[in-house]
Amino acid sequence: MGLLTKERDIVIPGEALAEGLDFLPGENTYREGEQIYSKVLGLVTVSGHVLKITPLAGPYIPKPGDRIIGKVIDITMSGWRVDTGTAYSALLNVKDATTRFVRKDEDLSKLIAIGDYVVVTIIKVTSQNLIDVSMREPGCSPLPGGRIIKINCQKVPRVIGKQGSMISLIKQKTGCEITVGQNGLIGIKGTPAGELTAVRAIRIIEEKAHQDGLTDKIQQFLEQK
Amino acid sequence: MAYTKRSDGRDLEELRPMEAKAGVIPNADGSAYFKIGNTIAYCAVYGPRELFPRFLQNPKTGIIRCHYSMMPFSGSGERIRPGQNRRAQEISKVMNFALNPVIDLTDFPNAVVDIFVDLPQTDAGTRCAAISAAAIALADAGIPMKDLVSSVAIGQVEGTVVADLNYQEEAYPGVVSDIPVAMTHNTKEITLLQMDGEISKQHLLKALEMAKRATEKVYQVQIKALKEKFVRE
Repeated sequence: MGLLTKERDIVIPGEALAEGLDFLPGENTYREGEQIYSKVLGLVTVSGHVLKITPLAGPYIPKPGDRIIGKVIDITMSGWRVDTGTAYSALLNVKDATTRFVRKDEDLSKLIAIGDYVVVTIIKVTSQNLIDVSMREPGCSPLPGGRIIKINCQKVPRVIGKQGSMISLIKQKTGCEITVGQNGLIGIKGTPAGELTAVRAIRIIEEKAHQDGLTDKIQQFLEQK
Repeated sequence: MAYTKRSDGRDLEELRPMEAKAGVIPNADGSAYFKIGNTIAYCAVYGPRELFPRFLQNPKTGIIRCHYSMMPFSGSGERIRPGQNRRAQEISKVMNFALNPVIDLTDFPNAVVDIFVDLPQTDAGTRCAAISAAAIALADAGIPMKDLVSSVAIGQVEGTVVADLNYQEEAYPGVVSDIPVAMTHNTKEITLLQMDGEISKQHLLKALEMAKRATEKVYQVQIKALKEKFVRE
């Protein structure tokens, strides 16, 4: 009876987490008979009686309210199709893209062209993972240029840090403007040298995401530069 | 003459030395390396991603696609024509069947997870190595799975039931059977069971019992590979 694992233990799919009916299966877990098993590779989180797994890897799952970076891949009758870096592309409607009046016969590629990167907020996701995005939310705009890198979306919280501590550290030390999308795409704009340092710092975070004391390590790395 | 001493001196139930590693291909979403004796498998997993051709899409769940291939130089010296052939197609298909029961892609309708396995060196037991590697790579890619699948071949050489046959044993001049088995860990469900050669009923039952213990050994190697990737400094 009881827990078979500890908080923050690394578990693999199919590993038994708890026995008996004292605990409830939360995200990324399932119950089979008396036992609760993990469904993904991740860290155990026990909150009250609910067992959850925080994945260490895995695909991005679109959620309403997430701010993501996408690439415009097509222009439709009423808007743009945006690649979200997942298996599903999103639709950006004209009315969600701009506040100014757009005439019916206007060429939409004048506003946002194919190949442009945009920062957008997810407003709706259906059960079939059809995604609607909007650019009329705070912080959303076309990306001004610079470079785009992709990291695993599960590591985004580490790149941002507690209350943005990590990202503001990198911004401050490299002088770059950095936009982090929840889907793992990161836009970096600054001086060429600054951009390179920022990319390297983010790669270090990605590699050591599961370790403690990461902000100090990054601070050390940036100060060496 | 009974087959009492194995050609490489192993115990009857002893597997060849195994080695596994997760995350060996940085470009892939998940990857793994699995070595058992002289058989080496590399596996890369991509996805979930958009599935084309479109008629394969399933609006209820995501699907997996396996691609098995032996490298041209992987055999015993004869060049193997690269790419698809009947054997590779069959193995890709049985790999699909072996892995599908544990994978849960209901959150990814219309999508696909591609699993590529390449074998740079082969010495029997390639489909088992491929499945074991694929299970590690899928877990490494963060694909939701109910369980891990472990696979190993069991067989009978001249009336002796042995685990994890190598090529010498498979090609032994006599009555030989080679039974690749894949099993889930928790429920011990058999997800792959094929056979070459011939075997008696008693021997088959004995072999399947041995398979349970043998796949457990593979499972231990798989867990170790996955957990080692995330050790804290």
